Amino acid sequence: MVKFNRFILDNGLRVIVHEDNTTPMAVVNILYDVGSRDENPEQTGFAHLFEHLMFGGSVNIPNYDGPLQQVGGENNAFTSNDITNYYITLPSANLETAFWLESDRMLNLAFGEKSLEVQRAVVIEEFKQRYLNQPYGDVWLRLRPMVYKKHPYLWDTIGKNIAHIENAKIEDVKAFFKKHYNPQNAIMVVGGDVKLEQVKELAQKWFGPIPAGEKYNRDLPQEPEQHEVRRETVTAKVPVNDVYIALQMPGRREEAFYAVELMADILSRGNSSRMYRNLVKDRQLFSEVHAYVFGSLDKGMFVLEGKPTAGVTIEEAEAAIWSEVELLKTQEVPADELTKVQNKTESTMIFSEMSLLDKAMNLAYFELLGDAELFNNETRRFLAVTPAQIKEEANKLFRKDNSSTLIYLAE
Amino acid sequence: MTNTMVDRKTAPEFKAIEHINLIKPEKKTLANGSEIFCFNSGDQELVRIEWVFTNLRFDPVKPLLNMATNSMLTDGTATLTAAEIADKVDFYGAFLSVDYGFEQSLVTLYSLTKHLGKTLPVVKDILTNSVFPQKELETFIRNQQQKLQVSLQKNDVVARRTFNKALYGNTIYGLTAELDTFNTLQRDDLLAHFKQMYQPSNCSIIIAGKVDADTLDLLADEFGSGWGNAATAADTTQPVIDRAAEHFYFIEKPEALQSAIRMGLPLINREHPDFPAVQVLNTVLGGYFGSRLMNNIREDKGYTYGIGSGITSHKQGGALFIATEVGADVCKAATIEIEKEVNRLKTDLVPDEELSLVRNYMLGSLLGSLENVFSHADKFKNLYFSGMDYAYYDRYAQVVKTVTADELLKLANRYLDFDQFYKVIVGKY
Repeated sequence: MVKFNRFILDNGLRVIVHEDNTTPMAVVNILYDVGSRDENPEQTGFAHLFEHLMFGGSVNIPNYDGPLQQVGGENNAFTSNDITNYYITLPSANLETAFWLESDRMLNLAFGEKSLEVQRAVVIEEFKQRYLNQPYGDVWLRLRPMVYKKHPYLWDTIGKNIAHIENAKIEDVKAFFKKHYNPQNAIMVVGGDVKLEQVKELAQKWFGPIPAGEKYNRDLPQEPEQHEVRRETVTAKVPVNDVYIALQMPGRREEAFYAVELMADILSRGNSSRMYRNLVKDRQLFSEVHAYVFGSLDKGMFVLEGKPTAGVTIEEAEAAIWSEVELLKTQEVPADELTKVQNKTESTMIFSEMSLLDKAMNLAYFELLGDAELFNNETRRFLAVTPAQIKEEANKLFRKDNSSTLIYLAE
Repeated sequence: MTNTMVDRKTAPEFKAIEHINLIKPEKKTLANGSEIFCFNSGDQELVRIEWVFTNLRFDPVKPLLNMATNSMLTDGTATLTAAEIADKVDFYGAFLSVDYGFEQSLVTLYSLTKHLGKTLPVVKDILTNSVFPQKELETFIRNQQQKLQVSLQKNDVVARRTFNKALYGNTIYGLTAELDTFNTLQRDDLLAHFKQMYQPSNCSIIIAGKVDADTLDLLADEFGSGWGNAATAADTTQPVIDRAAEHFYFIEKPEALQSAIRMGLPLINREHPDFPAVQVLNTVLGGYFGSRLMNNIREDKGYTYGIGSGITSHKQGGALFIATEVGADVCKAATIEIEKEVNRLKTDLVPDEELSLVRNYMLGSLLGSLENVFSHADKFKNLYFSGMDYAYYDRYAQVVKTVTADELLKLANRYLDFDQFYKVIVGKY
């Protein structure tokens, strides 16, 4: 149970305060309601490139990192298809420094051509390092456009290709800032060794004067239901074959999400999971198998992956994966097995409360989902899932004509 | 309501970190010689328990025994199959992991306190009754070989392996297993290794979380009896490190888009009085986001997504290393810049402003690293397994606050000779 208070400034900035006096530290987490799904299809990778530029100096503060390090703080950020999230941890005595820095870059940025040029180069190196220069590194660049035909989830946060980043112009980047980086598009969580009244005062002082900006009305093309088998085979410079099967699944806010996520746990979480036990240990068909979900706000992806062992054909490998999910469709999960994955989810939630930063990020994310209090209801929602629901969702999910299969063949 | 203009140009006043409180453990020694260190703090009804064993002496003919024995502890006992072990642990929402390190191997249990009565006996069984079934061993070997094949295609992995091999030779630190190496694993060797290493007199148990008297009693009862020592004590000495004569390694990958660079040299370890000051030096060079390497090679030149330096500390000494992946076309330029930055530490005093920033950053980082009771236990492990006590952190904080630019310059000249660096490049050069 994570306790918090909430208030909203006149300019629309939502602020959540979580007092945790067991630590001498404070966390300031700012979530901007913008991700790569909000990009122009001809200018992909912008949300992420932009995240880099947010460290290039703001209107009154030429250097973001230095002053924070000077007071013993650390920061970082990440961009997903849905959100861009910035966070600071620092000794609580120096909390105001975080307000000063974050409010100034919400007010206005001041990066120049040099900053843009360097961050373009850095992001291109990131593209190479994580996506191109790794075995299987390009999997999401290939798989996303198979699963999504209309929705902007069809490109990865890094962008469709390097050219989009190379061509980023300073005026485009500025327009992106104006459109998305304003108080009514942000959620701030302040946690740790802080007091509600202190946070109210600081928020008003530093963020209160920032103009509300224009409201961004999201109107994204929704992904139609899939009714065809999609598959692609690539021969690549990879050491062993690899099978990916992705299926369209319910979005994060839908009730069905909980049953679907537990299915992934039943299939591959831990050494007692079905796919690990049957396919890796008993039948020895794979050296590793994984099942996991992308908990996206819009329609998500359920992914099944496995690297077949030497001598196992791709056909055998695929058939083995499908045989495991077929079982979920035809037979109810035994009560004990469901209890097992639910217990695991419950203890994971309790363990995550040991981390202040995790709590702050979660509060911000659930506030975006509609209400930070939802974070405290998560466990209950997972515990409420029944074997019958799992079977029902399995039948909706695991259809061949809802699947996109990507095969890597070793050269 | 008045709305006075806020001064955004001037940084708010800040306070330096004065004091860092570390939680110290209570110690209890059990009849069979194993020690329990207890960290009691926190609101959540959960604990983390670690069983820490010092690795046995490295055998160059059977180099994987320490790693494989540890990895296979959850693969079956005289009474439980691998599947049953997994079932029991998972059913109670617990997490059981095994972790192999250069010096120690660990078994770690995360469990809600209410389920310890069910989860502890599983760990006891693993530590007293593991049998390393032949079939599980074959699966382990096959899967490890396939994982290794994937890893070997990653330039950064190849660079790290090559670097460690050069720096540490044929020892536990320098081990670079090839696919064939896994075929040296024999079940009888694993069993013998297990009996020698996983005995109470070679075990420290560290429990952190909400630890009341009942929990501690439960732990002491389970592991204080029915677990005896072997006839001979574990031999945990290690062969002396034998470093390579060759200092430069270039492994060409004609199709590489990026080159992995790893370079560095042997250094003092944590026990040496200069160690905290050398950590300050390392932080300036490449130990944080605002470091010189990051500023120059990422933020100014845009050659890389990230570059950093770090210090490792082993029983037989430490090392400083610099690691990055850079655009293949700028690899040479990047190494020249790295050299410049290392040499600048030896010729120019670190400016006051930068040094002050680094001091505050390091103290904040230490404070921030104490997130919860588990982190306090981790700090203890750093000390205990280096044979040191809590005075180290007092001295560390003191040195970070007071070391002068002059002293740093002298240390750089004493320890950082770029010509003595081992340099590894994987990709294009």
